[in-house]
Amino acid sequence: MAASDPATAARRRRSNLKAERIRSSWIFLAPMLAVLAFVAGWPLLKTIWFGFTDASLDALSAADFIGLNNYLEWVDYGDGEGEYFGLLADPDWWRAVYNTVFFSVVSVFFETIFGTIVALVLHAEFKGRGLVRAAVLIPWAIPTIVSAKMWAWMMNDQFGILNDLFLHIGLISQPIAWTASSDTAMIAVLIVDIWKTTPFMALLILAGLQMIPQDIYEAAKIDGINPVKVFFKVTLPLIKPALAVAVIFRALDALRVFDLIYVLTPNNSQTRTMSVFAQENLFQFDKFAYGSAASTLLFLVIGIITIVYLKVARVDLEGGR
Amino acid sequence: MKLLKSIGFYALVVIIVVVSVFPFYYAILTSFKSGTAIFQVDYWPKHFSMFNYRMVMTQGSFPLNLLNSLFVSSVVVVISLFLAITASFALARVKFRGRKLLLLTILSVSMFPQIAVLAGLFEMIRGLGLYNTLWSLILAYMIFTLPFTVWVLTTFMRDLPVELEEAAIVDGANSWTIVTKVFMPLMWPALVTTGLLAFIAAWNEFLFALTFVSNNDTRTVPVAIALLSGASEQEIPWGPIMAASVIVTVPLVILVLIFQRKIVAGLTAGGVKG
Repeated sequence: MAASDPATAARRRRSNLKAERIRSSWIFLAPMLAVLAFVAGWPLLKTIWFGFTDASLDALSAADFIGLNNYLEWVDYGDGEGEYFGLLADPDWWRAVYNTVFFSVVSVFFETIFGTIVALVLHAEFKGRGLVRAAVLIPWAIPTIVSAKMWAWMMNDQFGILNDLFLHIGLISQPIAWTASSDTAMIAVLIVDIWKTTPFMALLILAGLQMIPQDIYEAAKIDGINPVKVFFKVTLPLIKPALAVAVIFRALDALRVFDLIYVLTPNNSQTRTMSVFAQENLFQFDKFAYGSAASTLLFLVIGIITIVYLKVARVDLEGGR
Repeated sequence: MKLLKSIGFYALVVIIVVVSVFPFYYAILTSFKSGTAIFQVDYWPKHFSMFNYRMVMTQGSFPLNLLNSLFVSSVVVVISLFLAITASFALARVKFRGRKLLLLTILSVSMFPQIAVLAGLFEMIRGLGLYNTLWSLILAYMIFTLPFTVWVLTTFMRDLPVELEEAAIVDGANSWTIVTKVFMPLMWPALVTTGLLAFIAAWNEFLFALTFVSNNDTRTVPVAIALLSGASEQEIPWGPIMAASVIVTVPLVILVLIFQRKIVAGLTAGGVKG
């Protein structure tokens, strides 16, 4: 009786269809998830595991569990004397932490300011805007290693154009060894990073600017409000969400910086970041386990910030549906 | 007052353009200098010599490195697009339990610091016998290209009209047919953009390429450029380095300028790293 009822039959067909869709969607997802688990999930767990062992580069399989000793270990010399070892007691590690945080805060700060200025310029109507936007994209398109080399050449202490230019306009009185001197190495790294990533910042902020309805500006114009005031009272609050997302995204990227520093200022304790510290220990100093522990700590820091980001940005997972 | 304002504005525009373009311009300038001309600072082109280009393309392994990069990046793009299309269809068009969690996981993987998987991946690659081969890089690059392509294609697919799909369902099409026959033809612009961005990311990658490959002939270009060195510390071959830099950058700059609008849209949709 019920089976002959056309409404029920249609309902059953629809639910069969839904089941088929859900089944096939898991088949669709499986290869991608398998690859991700293989190249990301498993290696991550292995890295964390190595951080709790005494693994060395030549004897990875012979690693023994040593607990938290890579992080902190009290070595007793007897007679109540002893010393702490491990990452948390390693001044070089804390120096790397400080460098990373300093680099991230300063670079993101300037990138946000310059990015906003560039975005405001690109948002304005003027002749040749397309050309300017193309020009702004160039630093973004250049590989990081190439920009590091280009700037290393421009910052060369004897033949660099930067010293030549600054000497001519009287900004400095003698040539500076930008990348080698410990006073300026961090400044050099910051200059290159800000140059390279400001375009990305500008594009994200520009996307935010373009979402503001135009009539708000017209209303402000009619009321004769000073443009600077309009920017701080109207524009800035409206692009704040876009700005927040851009800042956190850049910060996450800055915290893991490696290439630029490795190439521009190699072996310099003033610019050694957490990533560089970990890589050196893993593959150059034959302290594989110690490097793994450092990687794990960096992962934790970035993990926490990612969670904050997902909360702050309230990432759109449903697509407004 | 108005004139002053527009002069100020155009001055700002000029500064932005000059700062953006100058380093690349200067690299091109340097790459055409040879001999001692390199050590003399010039703001305008005065020399024209192909010496550095000939040097880079005939001596050493740079041509091989170029081919390596091209091979790795292309294979990475093809594999990740293939895996991402079906996955993003499921994520964008089908409602199932655990979808939100999956999307969150994928997004978090894209923010992974590469260094966090370096030790584990190194062990795996040695275990699989892939150390010092290009396949190690193809495998490793999935970690950043895959989450990114899935994420961007999912956002794109979500915005396609439901009616298209409904019509296909009424005609009795299954999910595979819907993806390949209905969505694929509409997705070309998105595929080109995401493919291009994934290509650039793979082309530029440095940390994995530095770690998993140790032979001059199997290196990719970023590592090759970083390790180009002369006989001593004082003899860094700036000319050839700049020529190599120009060679690897010019195609990227041209691609970026051609696909400008699409790239901007893809970047803002994916919020990818620069």
